[in-house]
Amino acid sequence: MTKRRIVGLEGSFAIAEAVRMANVDVISAYPITPQTHIVERLAEMIADGELDAEFICVESEHSAMSACVGASAAGARVFTCSASQGLELMHEVLYIPSSMRLPIVAVAANRALSAPLSVWCDHSDVMAIRDIGWIQIFAENNQQAFDLTVCAYRIAEDKEVLFPAMVHMDGFYLSHVTEGVMLPDEEEVAQFIPDYEYPFVLDPDNPVSMGCYGPPFIYPEAKKAQEVDFEKTKPKIQEVWNEFGDTFGRSYSPVEEYQMEDASIALLTMGSSGETAMLAADEMRAEGREVGLVRLRLWRPFPFKEFREAVKDVELLVVLDRALSFGMGGPVCSEVKSALYEKRKELNIVGFIGGLGGRDIPIDGFKYMVNRAVERVKAAEWGEEMGPEMIGVRE
Amino acid sequence: MAQEQEEKLFLPRFITTDENFAPGHRACIGCGEALAVRHVCKALGNNVIIVNATGCIEIFSSLLPLTSWRVPWIHTLFENVGAVVSGIESAYKARIRKGKIEDRGVVFVGFAGDGGTSDIGLQALSGAMERGHNFLYCCFDNEAYMNTGIQRSSSTPYGAWTTTAPVGKKSIVGQMTWKKNMPEIAVAHRIPYVATASPSFPFDLMDKVKRGMEIEGPAYLHIFSVCPTGWRCPPEITVEIGRLVVETGIFPLYEVINGEYHLSVDFPELKPVREYLKKQGRFRHLTEKDIERIQARVEEEYQRLKEKVGGK
Repeated sequence: MTKRRIVGLEGSFAIAEAVRMANVDVISAYPITPQTHIVERLAEMIADGELDAEFICVESEHSAMSACVGASAAGARVFTCSASQGLELMHEVLYIPSSMRLPIVAVAANRALSAPLSVWCDHSDVMAIRDIGWIQIFAENNQQAFDLTVCAYRIAEDKEVLFPAMVHMDGFYLSHVTEGVMLPDEEEVAQFIPDYEYPFVLDPDNPVSMGCYGPPFIYPEAKKAQEVDFEKTKPKIQEVWNEFGDTFGRSYSPVEEYQMEDASIALLTMGSSGETAMLAADEMRAEGREVGLVRLRLWRPFPFKEFREAVKDVELLVVLDRALSFGMGGPVCSEVKSALYEKRKELNIVGFIGGLGGRDIPIDGFKYMVNRAVERVKAAEWGEEMGPEMIGVRE
Repeated sequence: MAQEQEEKLFLPRFITTDENFAPGHRACIGCGEALAVRHVCKALGNNVIIVNATGCIEIFSSLLPLTSWRVPWIHTLFENVGAVVSGIESAYKARIRKGKIEDRGVVFVGFAGDGGTSDIGLQALSGAMERGHNFLYCCFDNEAYMNTGIQRSSSTPYGAWTTTAPVGKKSIVGQMTWKKNMPEIAVAHRIPYVATASPSFPFDLMDKVKRGMEIEGPAYLHIFSVCPTGWRCPPEITVEIGRLVVETGIFPLYEVINGEYHLSVDFPELKPVREYLKKQGRFRHLTEKDIERIQARVEEEYQRLKEKVGGK
């Protein structure tokens, strides 16, 4: 008999519950808005004896990730979380666990980058860490934040995976907003992510040298092996999500579709704006327009196959970027274009940049994007250059 | 030198023939750092995990697919030894408490150079010392960024030539600042054990490693590591220079145990710094006036240290 219950939880607290049920050994984190509620809640859990873990209150995010690397190499199940400048400061360290195959789980409460200083949400921090070799997953609501964090441990620690995983949760939109979250029974979670033994642990009985120096005669082989194995994680990720669905009733996939049946226009989002975009799609459908929505759940490794399949019948793809690559446009839009270039040359892709630094994108914002994209495609047919457009910005 | 002191420093003792830092590594000929690492590893024994910063040691000991380490060893980055060692220690602590592994008294050790300690790694080390993790940190001080090609660090002594503090037509001194006193920074953290050592006094070095291992809490060991390549001196005088630096009072050997200072070796009279400086090409440009300045500074610092020893 399981005891599942629905509890009102902030995204941050939902994450903390997932980490508690994962029974982590070591938490190492440095406070940064909007991630603070996660670490505060975890510290409370430890103080109240609800979680038996070492909490290393490090002096920087660089050290937060470094301590996770050490703890993971010593066989511990670890957790850290950060955002924005914090992810930037730990950037150098982020490449280490993915290259040394340490299954660290981290959460990013996505936030804009300075300057000017902004504590509010966008995906600039995510885009700056695209290429770190971590499995990166986007949550849209607090339930998903919980579920995907639980799944992240199972995925990362799988012997065929052994890559670090990061769950992205939009700062404030999720981290500080209370929603009903269905919490499973602790026992169920413990069965889903059992204790694991890291195969190459730092142990005086079986000495290993980790992090050796790689000259040109071996470095490319090391990187190729890493890439080959990273690609191989995709089926495993889906397998874990399916199994989660069988056990807990909610399953996930790398690319998720909404109202996509016979849709000729598709919106593409990542993170919490997906839920607003759903409402926009509903309203436009009610107006008789064939608009659907594609949400990228798995950001890395990029789900090429699933993505191409999701948009195979679409004529116009409208991409929202919550980040800006200066002099280039929206990073997600350029990736999507490159993912489709070989297969769908006739597909029109129009990118918009919006929601920077916590600027809301209301339902009308998505409708505007769709209408504007239709207009722009027509204009482009007459030879007009189609650069990225920033929406909801005062001129 | 008092007889007791002499016995402590020079009386032959049984030392393990185990080489946990295996020969065949790629250190330069006459490397004082490799010598120090070898002694430290003899004292550490097998029940140890070593965290190594980027730098000479990591480069000359771990060229894939080879390794010189017969004990568990991990290198990740340049500036994070303090944090990585904190993570490993915490992992063991948590896993022992949760009954996942047995407590076998594993010792956690950090290795870094002077740059990785007193410059780029200072923050991570300070954090680890402040939080009170149970670990031993060994700084192998060769007084510049030797691995990248002899660039100055905050641990480079006044007057030394380096590639980024060169001796030119206008600037003729080389390094224009005084060496950062890293052991005193460690002492300021009120950790239970801080010591300085030189591999030219191998028994003293090994004793200090053992004391640092045994003490509960953070221990900091600052080890003088002669670099013939960077210091422009013949490799066969490495041990001699490591001794002269102590005998001149430039690098006194001492311990600070729970805040109490103890001189490991005291000399009724210090040798003139000139004897030390003249043996190294990195100081060849110094004028008499520069040498006097250094002499005065060394005497002042030595006196200050002796007052601390007296005032326990």
